[in-house]
Amino acid sequence: MSGAFRIGDFAWEIPTDYKPGMRVPGVVFADEELFEAASRDKALDQVANVAFLQGIVGKSLAMPDIHWGYGFPIGGVAAFDESSGVVSPGGVGFDISCGVRLLKTGLTEDEVRPGLRDLMATLASNIPRGLGTRGRIHSTQSMLRKVLVRGAREMVGLGYGREEDIEHTERGGTYPGADPARVSERAFERGADQLGTLGSGNHFLEVQVVEKVFMEKEARAFGLHEGQVTVMIHSGSRGFGHQVCTDYLQIMDRVVNRLGWELPDRQLVCAPLGSREADDYLAAMACACNYAIANRQALMHWTRESFERFFNASERSLGLDILFDLSHNVARMEDHQVDGRKRRVCVHRKGATASFPAGHPDVPAAYSEVGQPVLIPGDMGTHSYVLVGTETAMKESFGSTCHGAGRTMSRSKAKKTIRGPELKERLERQGIVVLAGNVKLLAEEAPEAYKDVSRVVDVCQGAGLSSKVAMLRPMGVLKG
Amino acid sequence: MRFNTIEHTADIGIEVEAESLEELFAGAARAMFSIMVDLDGVSAVLSRDVSLDASDLVDLMFEWLNELIFLVSANRLVLCDFEVGSVSSERLVATVRGEEIDPARHSLELEIKAATFHEMVVEERGEGWYARVIFDV
Repeated sequence: MSGAFRIGDFAWEIPTDYKPGMRVPGVVFADEELFEAASRDKALDQVANVAFLQGIVGKSLAMPDIHWGYGFPIGGVAAFDESSGVVSPGGVGFDISCGVRLLKTGLTEDEVRPGLRDLMATLASNIPRGLGTRGRIHSTQSMLRKVLVRGAREMVGLGYGREEDIEHTERGGTYPGADPARVSERAFERGADQLGTLGSGNHFLEVQVVEKVFMEKEARAFGLHEGQVTVMIHSGSRGFGHQVCTDYLQIMDRVVNRLGWELPDRQLVCAPLGSREADDYLAAMACACNYAIANRQALMHWTRESFERFFNASERSLGLDILFDLSHNVARMEDHQVDGRKRRVCVHRKGATASFPAGHPDVPAAYSEVGQPVLIPGDMGTHSYVLVGTETAMKESFGSTCHGAGRTMSRSKAKKTIRGPELKERLERQGIVVLAGNVKLLAEEAPEAYKDVSRVVDVCQGAGLSSKVAMLRPMGVLKG
Repeated sequence: MRFNTIEHTADIGIEVEAESLEELFAGAARAMFSIMVDLDGVSAVLSRDVSLDASDLVDLMFEWLNELIFLVSANRLVLCDFEVGSVSSERLVATVRGEEIDPARHSLELEIKAATFHEMVVEERGEGWYARVIFDV
């Protein structure tokens, strides 16, 4: 076994003899400090493990926010040939289509700051969150089925938002290929009353202000300017997506047994693309993607309602327009140049964001001249970013970049070293209003439990995977 | 039965040791719920029968813990008592007890969303049994 070595300012290679059985090398996009952080836990081993899977093309990749996950590392990207490759539910993760939505406002920090605490309280009372909380939408089976097929489009039809919202959502608000018949009864049961809930853990809703614009033309195209207030929503497919993943891990475990495949980690179970099990999973996964997009659509709708109530004005007059909505846990069929020829591949992004350049067919029309917006949530107390996709990402990373700061400290260590109430006080001193369902749990999400998000996005920029358009500073945080 | 938690950068895990396989499965469930909630505040006022089939012990542990997570997520239950009647490598029969989640009364600590296959171990060690499970939180 030989170790990883540096191949550029922002890239490290994990050679195939790092672990016998790797079909392709691994590449980690990182500077020295982030690479060293990735080497401290089992993340590099996980990059190597992904390279064992059948039909992997190019390299097994990791973004700079890489950390130890289960199966794939968090920050892992891998593409599999459509005829010889596989799809792996563990390569998407349990929170299928966990993602980010950014809502713009026509308000400035000065207009929001004086009543910020009350605004956050209004949002808190309007947005269901935390463990064991029921959602406000009591969906019937038939409504849920439509949501699973049509995603945000169905929600807009039900009155949760406007037509323009879906044009500014990844895949036009509907993930294609969804088939509710491929979803278990149990997933329906878990999904029934969780639609329109924020959840707990690292999910949040944040009121932010654009602190700095780096690229004028792109910022203008995205409708961003310095001093403008924005709202970021980070949530996923809740219990519904988790059940889909759990169900298909067991189904694919049987596939792997039947085929007699040896895997370095059972969480990497998978099925050959084109097989019934793979098709079924992709159709169920698409349902979970639509559930997640619909979930964020409902959360955004109540955010607008909260602003309307608070400012006593219509959301349109307050300029509450969506900038974009994207998923960072997903697998999808895409065309990419591999070894000089165009190939159709199943790209798995687990804790990684699509980063498509100007002119790419999947970039919404409004942004086709500048490229796809990439939304990067930071941690409480530091910044979030809006980036833009690049041509280099298409060549180097199957059109992918980072998804966030990435954890560096375990939850139990964070709880031991940081006290929730003190953290809340510290953030308040920085001018950040924090409303948390459980203040004790806040410690697990403390800024020091995460890598420096600015370093992560700088490395992405250095490696050419995305470019910085704007930096957002938190003003108010709502946590589960 | 003894258990301790395992440090994981993003998530959390447990290691459990027990004298019998039945005690091991009951212990893993108890360990998982003790991460989620302060068990002292949970009463055994209602029960559910659980019967599972799997391909091997690891698959069975995966299915068992995810079955209990389903009861939390879909039926809003917190569980405190796990009576595992029998476990073989392919089958488990148990009765679990607890009550409906009441956020006002129950001190909910951490939402465990799934048990993963990642590095999962269920094996005989010395005179007893050992299990390791990493959760998605």
